[in-house]
Amino acid sequence: MSKYLLNKFLYTVDRDPALVERYREEPAATVAAWEAEHAPRLLNCVTAEATTWLAFDDAERSALATHDYPALFALGAHPFLTLTLFIAMFERDHPEPLAFQREYAVRLAHHTLPYPDIAT
Amino acid sequence: MAELVAVIASTHHPFYYRASTATGADRPPFADEWVRKIGAFRETLTKARPDVLVMVGSDHFHQLWLDNMPQFLVGKAPFYDANWYNEEREFGLPRMLLKGHEELSAHILRAGLDAGFDLAFSNELRIDHSITCPIITLRPQADLPIVPVYTNIFAPPLPQPRRFVQLGAALREIIESWPSDQRVAVIGTGHLSLELGGPRQFGPHGPDPDFDARAVRWIAEGDLAGCLAEVSLESLHLPGNATHGFMDFMLMMGVAGEGRRADYVDTLDLFHTMEAYFTWYPNGEPV
Repeated sequence: MSKYLLNKFLYTVDRDPALVERYREEPAATVAAWEAEHAPRLLNCVTAEATTWLAFDDAERSALATHDYPALFALGAHPFLTLTLFIAMFERDHPEPLAFQREYAVRLAHHTLPYPDIAT
Repeated sequence: MAELVAVIASTHHPFYYRASTATGADRPPFADEWVRKIGAFRETLTKARPDVLVMVGSDHFHQLWLDNMPQFLVGKAPFYDANWYNEEREFGLPRMLLKGHEELSAHILRAGLDAGFDLAFSNELRIDHSITCPIITLRPQADLPIVPVYTNIFAPPLPQPRRFVQLGAALREIIESWPSDQRVAVIGTGHLSLELGGPRQFGPHGPDPDFDARAVRWIAEGDLAGCLAEVSLESLHLPGNATHGFMDFMLMMGVAGEGRRADYVDTLDLFHTMEAYFTWYPNGEPV
Protein backbone atom coordinates (compact mmCIF):
# COMPACT_ATOMS: atom_id res chain seq x y z
CA MET A 1 0.00 0.00 0.00
CA SER A 2 1.33 3.41 -0.91
CA LYS A 3 -0.66 6.55 -0.30
CA TYR A 4 2.49 8.32 -1.40
CA LEU A 5 2.39 6.66 -4.81
CA LEU A 6 -1.33 7.41 -5.22
CA ASN A 7 -0.52 11.03 -4.54
CA LYS A 8 2.47 10.91 -6.89
CA PHE A 9 0.18 9.70 -9.67
CA LEU A 10 -2.37 12.45 -9.04
CA TYR A 11 0.35 15.10 -8.73
CA THR A 12 2.35 14.20 -11.82
CA VAL A 13 -0.70 13.68 -14.04
CA ASP A 14 -2.37 16.90 -12.90
CA ARG A 15 0.60 19.03 -13.92
CA ASP A 16 0.89 17.55 -17.42
CA PRO A 17 -1.88 18.61 -19.85
CA ALA A 18 -1.25 15.65 -22.18
CA LEU A 19 -1.39 13.17 -19.32
CA VAL A 20 -4.61 14.73 -18.01
CA GLU A 21 -6.29 14.10 -21.36
CA ARG A 22 -4.83 10.63 -21.70
CA TYR A 23 -6.01 9.67 -18.22
CA ARG A 24 -9.49 11.02 -18.94
CA GLU A 25 -9.83 9.00 -22.15
CA GLU A 26 -7.97 5.78 -21.27
CA PRO A 27 -7.74 5.44 -17.51
CA ALA A 28 -6.68 1.80 -17.21
CA ALA A 29 -4.04 2.03 -19.93
CA THR A 30 -2.73 5.30 -18.55
CA VAL A 31 -2.40 3.89 -15.04
CA ALA A 32 -0.52 0.84 -16.36
CA ALA A 33 1.81 2.94 -18.45
CA TRP A 34 2.34 5.43 -15.64
CA GLU A 35 3.18 2.70 -13.14
CA ALA A 36 5.78 1.31 -15.53
CA GLU A 37 7.33 4.56 -16.71
CA HIS A 38 6.61 7.36 -14.25
CA ALA A 39 6.22 5.70 -10.86
CA PRO A 40 9.95 4.93 -10.48
CA ARG A 41 11.08 8.41 -11.46
CA LEU A 42 12.67 10.26 -8.62
CA LEU A 43 11.45 13.75 -9.40
CA ASN A 44 14.18 16.29 -10.04
CA CYS A 45 16.75 13.55 -10.79
CA VAL A 46 18.06 11.89 -13.92
CA THR A 47 16.24 8.68 -14.87
CA ALA A 48 19.21 6.49 -13.92
CA GLU A 49 18.47 7.26 -10.27
CA ALA A 50 15.07 5.56 -10.39
CA THR A 51 13.28 4.38 -7.27
CA THR A 52 13.18 0.58 -7.24
CA TRP A 53 10.46 -0.34 -4.75
CA LEU A 54 7.33 1.72 -5.41
CA ALA A 55 4.16 -0.12 -6.53
CA PHE A 56 0.39 0.19 -6.19
CA ASP A 57 -1.59 -2.49 -4.44
CA ASP A 58 -4.60 -3.91 -6.26
CA ALA A 59 -7.16 -1.64 -4.59
CA GLU A 60 -5.13 1.47 -5.41
CA ARG A 61 -4.52 0.45 -9.01
CA SER A 62 -8.19 -0.38 -9.47
CA ALA A 63 -9.41 2.89 -7.96
CA LEU A 64 -7.21 4.88 -10.33
CA ALA A 65 -8.00 2.70 -13.34
CA THR A 66 -11.75 3.18 -12.88
CA HIS A 67 -11.71 6.92 -12.02
CA ASP A 68 -13.20 5.91 -8.67
CA TYR A 69 -12.63 9.08 -6.70
CA PRO A 70 -14.78 7.97 -3.72
CA ALA A 71 -12.45 4.97 -3.43
CA LEU A 72 -9.40 7.25 -3.61
CA PHE A 73 -10.85 9.30 -0.75
CA ALA A 74 -11.38 6.11 1.27
CA LEU A 75 -7.80 5.02 0.58
CA GLY A 76 -6.45 8.27 2.01
CA ALA A 77 -5.27 9.92 -1.21
CA HIS A 78 -4.78 13.63 -0.64
CA PRO A 79 -8.24 15.13 -1.28
CA PHE A 80 -6.88 18.33 -2.82
CA LEU A 81 -4.91 16.41 -5.43
CA THR A 82 -7.85 14.15 -6.28
CA LEU A 83 -10.29 17.05 -6.52
CA THR A 84 -8.04 19.20 -8.67
CA LEU A 85 -7.33 16.48 -11.20
CA PHE A 86 -10.92 15.27 -11.41
CA ILE A 87 -12.18 18.83 -11.92
CA ALA A 88 -9.70 19.11 -14.79
CA MET A 89 -11.06 15.94 -16.36
CA PHE A 90 -14.79 16.10 -15.74
CA GLU A 91 -16.00 19.62 -14.93
CA ARG A 92 -16.32 20.20 -18.67
CA ASP A 93 -19.04 17.53 -18.90
CA HIS A 94 -21.34 19.47 -16.55
CA PRO A 95 -23.00 22.57 -18.03
CA GLU A 96 -23.82 24.25 -14.70
CA PRO A 97 -20.98 25.94 -12.76
CA LEU A 98 -19.84 23.83 -9.79
CA ALA A 99 -22.25 21.00 -10.73
CA PHE A 100 -19.40 18.49 -10.86
CA GLN A 101 -18.02 19.67 -7.51
CA ARG A 102 -21.45 19.27 -5.90
CA GLU A 103 -21.96 15.82 -7.40
CA TYR A 104 -18.52 14.92 -6.06
CA ALA A 105 -19.61 15.95 -2.55
CA VAL A 106 -22.77 13.87 -2.81
CA ARG A 107 -20.80 10.80 -3.83
CA LEU A 108 -18.70 11.18 -0.67
CA ALA A 109 -21.68 11.90 1.59
CA HIS A 110 -21.49 8.54 3.35
CA HIS A 111 -18.21 9.61 4.99
CA THR A 112 -18.40 10.98 8.52
CA LEU A 113 -15.62 12.27 10.74
CA PRO A 114 -12.93 11.25 11.19
CA TYR A 115 -12.14 11.02 7.49
CA PRO A 116 -9.54 8.52 6.27
CA ASP A 117 -6.04 9.47 7.34
CA ILE A 118 -4.11 11.29 4.60
CA ALA A 119 -0.73 11.30 6.36
CA THR A 120 1.99 9.78 4.20
CA MET B 1 15.59 50.12 11.64
CA ALA B 2 12.89 49.05 9.25
CA GLU B 3 9.34 49.98 10.12
CA LEU B 4 6.51 47.45 10.14
CA VAL B 5 3.78 49.63 8.65
CA ALA B 6 0.96 47.12 8.18
CA VAL B 7 0.04 43.57 9.07
CA ILE B 8 -2.62 42.07 6.85
CA ALA B 9 -4.39 38.73 7.10
CA SER B 10 -6.77 37.55 4.43
CA THR B 11 -8.39 34.58 2.88
CA HIS B 12 -7.10 33.80 -0.62
CA HIS B 13 -9.98 32.91 -2.87
CA PRO B 14 -8.68 31.81 -6.27
CA PHE B 15 -12.03 32.63 -7.93
CA TYR B 16 -11.73 36.36 -7.19
CA TYR B 17 -9.69 37.18 -10.28
CA ARG B 18 -12.16 35.57 -12.65
CA ALA B 19 -15.23 36.87 -10.81
CA SER B 20 -13.91 40.43 -10.69
CA THR B 21 -12.94 40.55 -14.37
CA ALA B 22 -16.00 38.77 -15.78
CA THR B 23 -18.56 40.82 -17.67
CA GLY B 24 -22.11 40.39 -18.90
CA ALA B 25 -23.77 37.04 -18.32
CA ASP B 26 -20.49 35.58 -17.05
CA ARG B 27 -20.32 37.99 -14.13
CA PRO B 28 -21.55 36.29 -10.95
CA PRO B 29 -24.17 38.14 -8.89
CA PHE B 30 -21.85 38.54 -5.91
CA ALA B 31 -18.99 40.06 -7.95
CA ASP B 32 -19.84 43.74 -7.47
CA GLU B 33 -20.05 43.52 -3.68
CA TRP B 34 -16.85 41.45 -3.60
CA VAL B 35 -14.98 44.01 -5.73
CA ARG B 36 -16.24 46.82 -3.50
CA LYS B 37 -15.01 45.06 -0.37
CA ILE B 38 -11.65 44.27 -1.93
CA GLY B 39 -11.28 47.90 -3.00
CA ALA B 40 -11.76 49.07 0.59
CA PHE B 41 -9.38 46.38 1.89
CA ARG B 42 -6.76 47.38 -0.69
CA GLU B 43 -6.86 50.95 0.56
CA THR B 44 -5.71 49.75 3.99
CA LEU B 45 -2.44 48.61 2.44
CA THR B 46 -2.06 51.51 0.03
CA LYS B 47 -2.24 54.12 2.74
CA ALA B 48 0.50 52.39 4.74
CA ARG B 49 2.88 53.18 1.83
CA PRO B 50 4.96 50.00 2.03
CA ASP B 51 8.25 49.57 0.18
CA VAL B 52 8.48 45.78 0.47
CA LEU B 53 5.99 42.99 1.18
CA VAL B 54 6.65 39.86 3.21
CA MET B 55 4.10 37.39 1.84
CA VAL B 56 3.07 34.40 3.97
CA GLY B 57 1.30 31.61 2.12
CA SER B 58 1.32 27.89 1.48
CA ASP B 59 2.29 26.05 -1.67
CA HIS B 60 -0.53 23.79 -2.87
CA PHE B 61 1.64 20.90 -4.11
CA HIS B 62 3.10 22.96 -6.91
CA GLN B 63 6.84 23.17 -6.32
CA LEU B 64 6.97 21.59 -2.86
CA TRP B 65 6.29 17.87 -2.87
CA LEU B 66 6.18 14.89 -0.57
CA ASP B 67 9.67 13.68 -1.52
CA ASN B 68 11.22 16.75 0.09
CA MET B 69 8.72 18.74 2.13
CA PRO B 70 9.81 21.73 4.20
CA GLN B 71 7.69 22.95 7.12
CA PHE B 72 8.65 26.62 6.78
CA LEU B 73 10.50 27.97 3.76
CA VAL B 74 11.71 31.45 2.84
CA GLY B 75 12.30 32.45 -0.76
CA LYS B 76 15.58 34.20 -1.51
CA ALA B 77 15.69 35.12 -5.17
CA PRO B 78 15.79 38.28 -7.26
CA PHE B 79 12.54 37.32 -9.01
CA TYR B 80 9.66 34.93 -8.59
CA ASP B 81 7.67 33.57 -11.47
CA ALA B 82 4.14 32.93 -10.37
CA ASN B 83 1.07 30.81 -10.97
CA TRP B 84 0.98 27.37 -12.47
CA TYR B 85 -0.69 25.60 -15.37
CA ASN B 86 -3.36 24.01 -13.19
CA GLU B 87 -4.19 27.43 -11.69
CA GLU B 88 -4.59 28.91 -15.17
CA ARG B 89 -6.74 25.93 -16.07
CA GLU B 90 -9.04 25.93 -13.04
CA PHE B 91 -9.10 29.57 -11.94
CA GLY B 92 -8.02 31.53 -15.01
CA LEU B 93 -5.12 33.07 -13.08
CA PRO B 94 -2.54 34.96 -15.17
CA ARG B 95 1.17 34.19 -15.24
CA MET B 96 3.04 36.81 -13.23
CA LEU B 97 6.62 37.85 -12.48
CA LEU B 98 7.31 39.46 -9.11
CA LYS B 99 10.48 41.12 -7.92
CA GLY B 100 12.25 39.68 -4.90
CA HIS B 101 14.12 41.43 -2.11
CA GLU B 102 17.20 39.32 -1.45
CA GLU B 103 18.56 41.53 1.32
CA LEU B 104 15.44 41.14 3.44
CA SER B 105 15.23 37.43 2.57
CA ALA B 106 18.80 36.96 3.77
CA HIS B 107 18.09 38.89 6.96
CA ILE B 108 14.96 36.82 7.73
CA LEU B 109 16.81 33.56 7.09
CA ARG B 110 19.84 34.46 9.21
CA ALA B 111 17.86 35.95 12.09
CA GLY B 112 15.22 33.21 11.92
CA LEU B 113 17.83 30.46 12.10
CA ASP B 114 19.53 32.22 14.98
CA ALA B 115 16.18 32.51 16.77
CA GLY B 116 15.65 28.75 16.63
CA PHE B 117 13.54 28.35 13.47
CA ASP B 118 15.23 25.89 11.12
CA LEU B 119 13.98 27.63 8.01
CA ALA B 120 14.37 26.03 4.61
CA PHE B 121 15.13 28.30 1.68
CA SER B 122 14.71 28.39 -2.06
CA ASN B 123 16.72 30.32 -4.66
CA GLU B 124 14.35 29.39 -7.47
CA LEU B 125 10.76 29.47 -6.33
CA ARG B 126 7.68 29.64 -8.50
CA ILE B 127 4.93 30.91 -6.25
CA ASP B 128 1.28 29.99 -6.39
CA HIS B 129 -2.11 31.51 -5.72
CA SER B 130 -1.66 31.63 -1.94
CA ILE B 131 0.65 34.57 -2.63
CA THR B 132 -0.59 35.85 -5.97
CA CYS B 133 -4.23 36.13 -4.83
CA PRO B 134 -3.34 38.79 -2.24
CA ILE B 135 -1.12 40.53 -4.79
CA ILE B 136 -4.11 40.63 -7.14
CA THR B 137 -6.47 41.88 -4.44
CA LEU B 138 -4.18 44.19 -2.46
CA ARG B 139 -1.48 45.36 -4.87
CA PRO B 140 -2.63 44.55 -8.40
CA GLN B 141 0.08 46.68 -9.96
CA ALA B 142 2.52 44.13 -8.48
CA ASP B 143 5.22 46.76 -8.30
CA LEU B 144 6.75 46.03 -4.90
CA PRO B 145 9.48 43.49 -4.13
CA ILE B 146 8.40 40.53 -2.03
CA VAL B 147 9.82 37.96 0.34
CA PRO B 148 7.73 34.79 0.15
CA VAL B 149 7.37 32.69 3.30
CA TYR B 150 5.76 29.30 2.78
CA THR B 151 4.23 27.23 5.56
CA ASN B 152 3.11 23.63 5.47
CA ILE B 153 -0.60 23.53 6.25
CA PHE B 154 -1.21 20.85 3.68
CA ALA B 155 0.91 17.71 4.00
CA PRO B 156 0.86 16.04 7.43
CA PRO B 157 2.73 15.83 9.73
CA LEU B 158 2.26 19.57 10.23
CA PRO B 159 3.85 21.90 12.79
CA GLN B 160 1.69 22.66 15.82
CA PRO B 161 -0.54 25.79 15.76
CA ARG B 162 1.56 27.43 18.49
CA ARG B 163 4.59 27.14 16.22
CA PHE B 164 2.84 29.24 13.58
CA VAL B 165 2.12 31.86 16.25
CA GLN B 166 5.74 31.77 17.44
CA LEU B 167 7.04 32.17 13.91
CA GLY B 168 4.75 35.15 13.40
CA ALA B 169 6.00 36.82 16.56
CA ALA B 170 9.59 36.11 15.53
CA LEU B 171 9.00 37.51 12.04
CA ARG B 172 7.86 40.77 13.58
CA GLU B 173 10.96 41.04 15.75
CA ILE B 174 13.17 40.11 12.82
CA ILE B 175 11.62 42.69 10.54
CA GLU B 176 11.79 45.40 13.18
CA SER B 177 15.48 44.60 13.75
CA TRP B 178 16.36 44.86 10.05
CA PRO B 179 18.89 47.67 9.67
CA SER B 180 17.10 49.47 6.86
CA ASP B 181 14.91 52.48 6.34
CA GLN B 182 12.39 50.45 4.34
CA ARG B 183 8.68 50.32 5.18
CA VAL B 184 7.61 46.70 5.44
CA ALA B 185 4.14 45.19 5.30
CA VAL B 186 3.49 41.56 6.16
CA ILE B 187 0.60 39.96 4.31
CA GLY B 188 -0.49 36.42 5.09
CA THR B 189 -3.32 34.39 3.67
CA GLY B 190 -5.08 31.28 4.83
CA HIS B 191 -8.58 29.96 5.29
CA LEU B 192 -11.40 29.88 7.75
CA SER B 193 -13.41 26.64 7.65
CA LEU B 194 -12.85 24.95 4.32
CA GLU B 195 -13.50 21.57 2.77
CA LEU B 196 -11.82 20.48 -0.46
CA GLY B 197 -12.30 17.06 -1.98
CA GLY B 198 -14.67 15.94 0.77
CA PRO B 199 -18.42 15.59 1.35
CA ARG B 200 -18.87 19.10 2.77
CA GLN B 201 -17.27 20.95 -0.15
CA PHE B 202 -18.88 23.70 -2.22
CA GLY B 203 -21.93 24.22 -0.05
CA PRO B 204 -23.89 27.50 0.10
CA HIS B 205 -21.59 28.74 2.91
CA GLY B 206 -18.34 27.63 4.44
CA PRO B 207 -18.62 24.15 5.97
CA ASP B 208 -18.71 25.45 9.57
CA PRO B 209 -20.20 28.95 10.01
CA ASP B 210 -19.93 28.66 13.81
CA PHE B 211 -16.18 28.09 13.57
CA ASP B 212 -15.93 31.00 11.13
CA ALA B 213 -17.70 33.33 13.57
CA ARG B 214 -15.38 32.31 16.40
CA ALA B 215 -12.32 32.57 14.17
CA VAL B 216 -13.21 36.07 13.00
CA ARG B 217 -13.66 37.13 16.62
CA TRP B 218 -10.29 35.63 17.67
CA ILE B 219 -8.51 37.44 14.87
CA ALA B 220 -10.37 40.75 15.20
CA GLU B 221 -9.71 40.87 18.96
CA GLY B 222 -6.19 39.44 18.78
CA ASP B 223 -7.37 36.73 21.14
CA LEU B 224 -4.44 34.39 20.74
CA ALA B 225 -4.93 32.78 24.13
CA GLY B 226 -8.55 31.91 23.39
CA CYS B 227 -7.65 30.71 19.92
CA LEU B 228 -4.78 28.52 21.11
CA ALA B 229 -6.97 27.08 23.86
CA GLU B 230 -9.47 25.80 21.31
CA VAL B 231 -7.41 25.05 18.21
CA SER B 232 -5.26 21.96 17.81
CA LEU B 233 -4.08 19.93 14.85
CA GLU B 234 -6.84 17.45 15.73
CA SER B 235 -9.62 20.00 16.23
CA LEU B 236 -8.97 21.64 12.85
CA HIS B 237 -10.29 18.54 11.10
CA LEU B 238 -13.76 19.22 12.48
CA PRO B 239 -14.67 22.48 10.67
CA GLY B 240 -13.55 21.10 7.28
CA ASN B 241 -10.75 18.98 5.89
CA ALA B 242 -8.71 21.95 4.59
CA THR B 243 -9.14 24.11 7.69
CA HIS B 244 -5.51 23.71 8.73
CA GLY B 245 -4.97 26.73 6.49
CA PHE B 246 -6.33 28.68 9.45
CA MET B 247 -2.88 28.31 10.99
CA ASP B 248 -1.62 30.94 8.56
CA PHE B 249 -4.13 33.33 10.17
CA MET B 250 -2.70 32.31 13.54
CA LEU B 251 0.78 33.13 12.26
CA MET B 252 -0.49 36.59 11.32
CA MET B 253 -2.03 37.02 14.78
CA GLY B 254 1.46 36.27 16.06
CA VAL B 255 2.86 39.06 13.87
CA ALA B 256 0.19 41.47 15.10
CA GLY B 257 0.65 40.51 18.75
CA GLU B 258 -1.39 39.07 21.63
CA GLY B 259 -4.37 41.21 22.52
CA ARG B 260 -3.88 43.52 19.54
CA ARG B 261 -7.25 44.30 18.02
CA ALA B 262 -7.36 44.58 14.26
CA ASP B 263 -7.79 48.11 12.96
CA TYR B 264 -9.83 46.92 9.99
CA VAL B 265 -12.16 43.92 9.85
CA ASP B 266 -14.45 42.84 7.05
CA THR B 267 -16.04 39.58 5.94
CA LEU B 268 -18.04 38.30 3.00
CA ASP B 269 -20.16 35.19 3.23
CA LEU B 270 -19.63 33.48 -0.11
CA PHE B 271 -20.61 30.05 -1.33
CA HIS B 272 -17.97 27.52 -0.36
CA THR B 273 -16.06 29.73 2.15
CA MET B 274 -16.31 32.81 4.32
CA GLU B 275 -14.01 35.55 3.10
CA ALA B 276 -12.28 37.52 5.85
CA TYR B 277 -10.04 40.59 5.72
CA PHE B 278 -8.01 42.10 8.59
CA THR B 279 -5.46 44.91 8.85
CA TRP B 280 -3.39 46.03 11.82
CA TYR B 281 -1.25 49.16 11.98
CA PRO B 282 1.47 48.42 14.57
CA ASN B 283 2.46 52.09 14.85
CA GLY B 284 -0.94 53.66 14.49
CA GLU B 285 -3.20 54.21 11.53
CA PRO B 286 -1.51 56.22 8.79
CA VAL B 287 -3.08 59.56 7.98
